[in-house]
Amino acid sequence: MNQMGFVAAAYAVMLGGAGALTLISYLAMKRAEK
Amino acid sequence: MASLHILANPARFLKIARPLTGIFLGLGIVLIAVAVWAGLVMTPPDYLQGETVRILYMHVPAAWLGMGGWSGIAIASLSLIVWRHPLAQVAGRAIAWPGAVFTALCLATGSIWGRPTWGTWWQWDGRLTSMLLLLFVYLGYIALARADADRGGDGRIPALYGLAGTALLPVIRYSVVWWNTLHQGQSIGLTGSSIDPSLLWPLPIALGGFTFLFAAIVLMRMRTLLAQAKAEARMRRMARA
Repeated sequence: MNQMGFVAAAYAVMLGGAGALTLISYLAMKRAEK
Repeated sequence: MASLHILANPARFLKIARPLTGIFLGLGIVLIAVAVWAGLVMTPPDYLQGETVRILYMHVPAAWLGMGGWSGIAIASLSLIVWRHPLAQVAGRAIAWPGAVFTALCLATGSIWGRPTWGTWWQWDGRLTSMLLLLFVYLGYIALARADADRGGDGRIPALYGLAGTALLPVIRYSVVWWNTLHQGQSIGLTGSSIDPSLLWPLPIALGGFTFLFAAIVLMRMRTLLAQAKAEARMRRMARA
């Protein structure tokens, strides 16, 4: 894998992980406050 | 301290937390988008590391929030033990999951950075091992706080654990000084940075963006826990009636 492949993987892991955590927290909040 | 006591009333806290959640979330998304664009497009490759230096803008905020999250748990634990702050238990529980996730993301992005830079995905280096320990300490806190809440505990045992776990933070911070192993030494200090300014400028944007996102997630989780506690109290009242 070339260097940009590693860069893309790191960005995907970080943004995917943070995005998933945000979405899960938002949906749980909406469900609990309904 | 006075501002902490103003928030002691959950209704007053929610009045402030509701608008702040959206503001923090919006600021976080905008700043992260700018940091990603700057990190991938605007900055030059490093003379030594080449393109992989761009991982800096993801890895450092993850490490900052992994350690910052535990500092938040420590402050919440102290507030619970010393001042019996009614929201401290909720705050500690709300911080734990995001803190653990960002610690795991720090380990994952560091591993991806390590492969092209060091030639290995993992090494039992002082910094890497102490961050892995922090992840396990987070998981222990999550299990303990959940068990304490399920038993109707007052949160003092998880709070003591939260304070004890703080001993790991200086170990992580000084691991690159105490053990001369694979992870690079400190590149940003109070007196300056060894990183070239052309590479450094997007880092505060990335740190700010992910910190706002983390704060928004913690507020969302606190609101969830408070709403669940309110629903449980209503169910108990109905069962007694």
